[in-house]
Amino acid sequence: MNIKLENSSLKSPVVELIERISGELVSNCYQCGNCTGGCPVAYAMDIAPTQMIRMLQMGRVSEVLEAESQWICVSCLQCYSRCPKGVSAASLFEAVRQINLRSGRNHAEISGLAASFLKDAPQQALVCGFRKLVG
Amino acid sequence: MKIPYYPGCTLSTVAKGFDASARESAKVLGFEMEELKQWNCCGAAFPLTPDNLAGLAAPAKVLSNARRMGDSVVTLCSVCYNVLKRTNKVLRDDKEKRAVVLGFIEEDYDGGLSVVHFLEVLRDRIGFENIKKIAKRPLKGIKAGAYYGCMLLRPFEDMGIDRCEAPTIMEDFLSSLGAIPVDFPDKIECCGAHLSMGRTDVVEKLSGNVMRSAVEKGAELIVTSCPLCQHNLEKSQGAVFSKTPGYRTVPIVYFTQLLGLALGQDENELGFDKNLWDARPLLKERGV
Repeated sequence: MNIKLENSSLKSPVVELIERISGELVSNCYQCGNCTGGCPVAYAMDIAPTQMIRMLQMGRVSEVLEAESQWICVSCLQCYSRCPKGVSAASLFEAVRQINLRSGRNHAEISGLAASFLKDAPQQALVCGFRKLVG
Repeated sequence: MKIPYYPGCTLSTVAKGFDASARESAKVLGFEMEELKQWNCCGAAFPLTPDNLAGLAAPAKVLSNARRMGDSVVTLCSVCYNVLKRTNKVLRDDKEKRAVVLGFIEEDYDGGLSVVHFLEVLRDRIGFENIKKIAKRPLKGIKAGAYYGCMLLRPFEDMGIDRCEAPTIMEDFLSSLGAIPVDFPDKIECCGAHLSMGRTDVVEKLSGNVMRSAVEKGAELIVTSCPLCQHNLEKSQGAVFSKTPGYRTVPIVYFTQLLGLALGQDENELGFDKNLWDARPLLKERGV
């Protein structure tokens, strides 16, 4: 497969926005894969944390913005905890989520939640869940 | 000794046993958990978005309220601990952000509060050795798996309660009660957290990993300090049991329930009846 790298896509304004929201620099990552290795939910992701960062480095933002992975990341911070470069993939996923949520693209609806869950869920699950999945 | 106490949303509702057992235990140990006169939800997640300070307003309000009552605030829930401690660090170290957040909530607070977890109070102010001396009903070698989860420990440089990859504070606590702590590989792994809102398959997988890991190492019960971990593990255990040959179900309890028990509280008043898997038959069997 041929990949065409152009300066304009490498310096995508969306990547800059992601870096501003997250406070992270995607160029800090040297692709060791520790984040994916420690990630408890990588098995359920379509794009693993390491891949997500590589795509951002390459300016392939639309695939990242559409990836299911952002909604699966639980922000457990195992990635950040084990990153030798101090990069927080969780914060980058958060930024990707925020771009979608701030544009009104919610990932959950109250009416869609199971009654069995609402009946005895801890309040913190709802508060945290809505902050992560609803704008 | 009085310590300002922030219960947080879940300890006033589905985790009442966690709250009550801690308050009663504190009395026996010689201090009072003085609930904040005014408090609100901490937000249940520290915002990973430094570009937007709105998420710091709620925990900042809690901290400024707590400051009026003392120089430290204690929490029981790991998530509250995480959110308050990290917010406090931002308010203490970043003058610019502090001015914006405090201006918004119309409070005056300098970040001078010390945010501590109840386990730290037991370790650093009371001392596990003293708890061992006071415990009138030791747990008679019950094998307990200390499950830390995420929020108590990470990120290390902000939380600092213990070593990030190999913590022992909860094991040391369990030893002081006369239990035998069981080390297991998944003790610092995630339970699935808020994914219980829609991805119960992922929660079941993650919580299942934790429980299988603990039970395989011989744990007879699993101990937690987070109501969401407790909920996710309990809710997943039925499915884990039916899908894992040889798996035996274990009670998932709060560390303060065991503390209360060891300090002599009535086992019927510790909230064990609210747990899906009741610990009392195990306690009876072992003569505790």
